[in-house]
Amino acid sequence: MLLWTVIRRLIYSVILVVAVLVLNFLLIHLAPGDPADVIAGEMGGATEEVLASIRKAYGLDQPLYVQLWVYLKAAAGGDLGQSFFYNAPVIDLILDRVGATLLLVFTALGFAIVVGTTLGVIASRKPTGIVSNLVTVISVIGYSAPIFWTGIMLIIVFASLIPLFPISNMYDVTKSVGPFGYALDVAHHLVLPAFTLGIVYLAQYSRLTRASMLEVLGSDYIRTARAKGVSERKVYGRHALRNAVLPIITIAGLQFGGIVSGAVLVETVFNWPGLGTLAFDSILARDYPTILGILFFSAVIVIVANLITDLLYRVADPRIRMAK
Amino acid sequence: MTVLKVDNIVVDFATRRGNARVLDHVNLEVNEGEILGIVGESGCGKSMTALSIMGLVPSPPGNLTSGSIYLEGRDLVGLSKDEMREIRGNEIGMIFQEPMSSLNPVFTVGEQIAESVRLHENASQRAAWERAVEMLRAVGIPEAEVRAKSYPHQLSGGMRQRVMIAIALACNPRVLIADEPTTALDTTVQAQIFDLLEELQKSRGTAIVLITHDMGAVAQLADRVAVMYAGRIVETGTVEQVLTMPRHPYTEGLIACVPHLQPDPPEKREPLLEIPGVVPSLTELGDGCAFAPRCNRALATCTGRQPVLKTEGNGHATACWAVEAELENV
Ligand SMILES: Nc1ncnc2c1ncn2[C@@H]1O[C@H](COP(=O)(O)OP(=O)(O)OP(=O)(O)O)[C@@H](O)[C@H]1O
Ligand SMILES: [Mg+2]
Repeated sequence: MLLWTVIRRLIYSVILVVAVLVLNFLLIHLAPGDPADVIAGEMGGATEEVLASIRKAYGLDQPLYVQLWVYLKAAAGGDLGQSFFYNAPVIDLILDRVGATLLLVFTALGFAIVVGTTLGVIASRKPTGIVSNLVTVISVIGYSAPIFWTGIMLIIVFASLIPLFPISNMYDVTKSVGPFGYALDVAHHLVLPAFTLGIVYLAQYSRLTRASMLEVLGSDYIRTARAKGVSERKVYGRHALRNAVLPIITIAGLQFGGIVSGAVLVETVFNWPGLGTLAFDSILARDYPTILGILFFSAVIVIVANLITDLLYRVADPRIRMAK
Repeated sequence: MTVLKVDNIVVDFATRRGNARVLDHVNLEVNEGEILGIVGESGCGKSMTALSIMGLVPSPPGNLTSGSIYLEGRDLVGLSKDEMREIRGNEIGMIFQEPMSSLNPVFTVGEQIAESVRLHENASQRAAWERAVEMLRAVGIPEAEVRAKSYPHQLSGGMRQRVMIAIALACNPRVLIADEPTTALDTTVQAQIFDLLEELQKSRGTAIVLITHDMGAVAQLADRVAVMYAGRIVETGTVEQVLTMPRHPYTEGLIACVPHLQPDPPEKREPLLEIPGVVPSLTELGDGCAFAPRCNRALATCTGRQPVLKTEGNGHATACWAVEAELENV
């Protein structure tokens, strides 16, 4: 039954990916500006003759649907075209950067979920206590402070006032010695960007957990657990949290796209060498194939994440798992 | 021998409209292997009595102000949280009114029974699971091995209540408190659950406190019965005494509401009776008998002073000025 769900979801996902490709392709071609201009600009000359030969070389003289078909066919084979700006295959550029982005996104998400739910659970134990108020304050800040502002503030603080963490890049060649040293150095560089990206979601998850826990704690099966002699620690950690976490899985899955786009901002602010900085540079350079490739890739990431969320939710909630 | 003795407990709730005395000097005694019925209208404090025994009165706003609860002579009031946890689910089991929502939706029923066993006995995971299956069999669930792996949503209400009973009895408690165990179930299932309770009580010798609206169930199952009104016990005695010779006007009213329990049922079917008026607000109880405003036999004394339980010598006790006056005149 689970296998069927996976297969069905995979088919949907493929359809969705193709739709994303087509839509992005059309949108980019609706945008003003001639790619041939950009390519020519790189090369230095721009006579009408040169432009025409460029159009021919890149297939830009073909009708749009032919270009689309060619693009889709190539994409199916894993070829996302050639970057005008970097003069390298787009897929290589992306594969080079995607690891850094995923590292950032998952660290931020993990941080937000672990710390957020923990704070939420503690807050639910005393709905009017200090932690509970702290959660409210954190979430107001997290909701209202824009990512780039938080990032810049952290840079200001850590660049000069307390130089504890590096504020730019992913590693430092002089410090990354050996695989272990490298990992440690990356982790060190990761702290500020991941915190900046995670704090927004931490705010949301802690509030959501608090509300969800309070609701679950009032339910009859919690009373049953207490009547069985279950300790308060287990009532919270096992009986209540297992149920309270369900909406958090849903929300985290839904927000995954938002986190990926938030990563673009964070990467730019902290100069993190991921897809975000690549996207930023390609947009400035009007490097259409690269932009298309990144859009496509981030769509795939989000779709895969939603698929995983769906499966996780099934594992966590037997009522959904059993449903046809 | 007395297994459970509730001794003069008082439970107060702090509410916005002042202090509500939810239980007012409640006394109960449950003997070994006996079924004690507690009846009374909604809001009279039946569930709160049960929660007090379990040490689960929500606090705040609730508070057990005074009194003692003895389980085999040991006072539970004032035990530490850990000591009380040892007792819950182990020496006193409890089942609730809402079988649909009383089981945790994310664990299998087997896990939920086994958890209780592992909490109170030094059992291995496997032994606990085997006990769970055995308990499911004992409460009459077919294909217990398979059903143990089911989640609550896969079971009917009656089945879930059986699972609740299995959880409550898994550690062989001295006392089982059943708080309206059948209210949410349909009639045929109600009868099955009552039969099951009766059978388990006979085979295991567990004393049962059966809280119910159902006078018929009390007549069928209980040995003794306590009638509650507005946080007090107004009449208590054997089922025979209370149902065939009700003294308190409130008890008379309750019995009149159930046609087939009346001493001499009317020939013609009459419309169902009900006691006129409503239960008074617990924050506004005066000095007199709480039932006086609804009572058809109220005397002048009734609004001035609270009647106390007076025993007739055979264990049948009533808290009513009118009854007291009548008995004195005989
Ligand atoms: N949190 C609370 N705050 C104030 N009063 C409360 C609270 N919980 C219960 N009560 C009061 O305690 C009284 C006794 O409630 P209890 O649940 O014991 O009634 P019951 O006899 O079990 O009724 P039912 O037949 O409906 O289950 C009620 O009058 C109710 O209003
Ligand atoms: Mg009740």
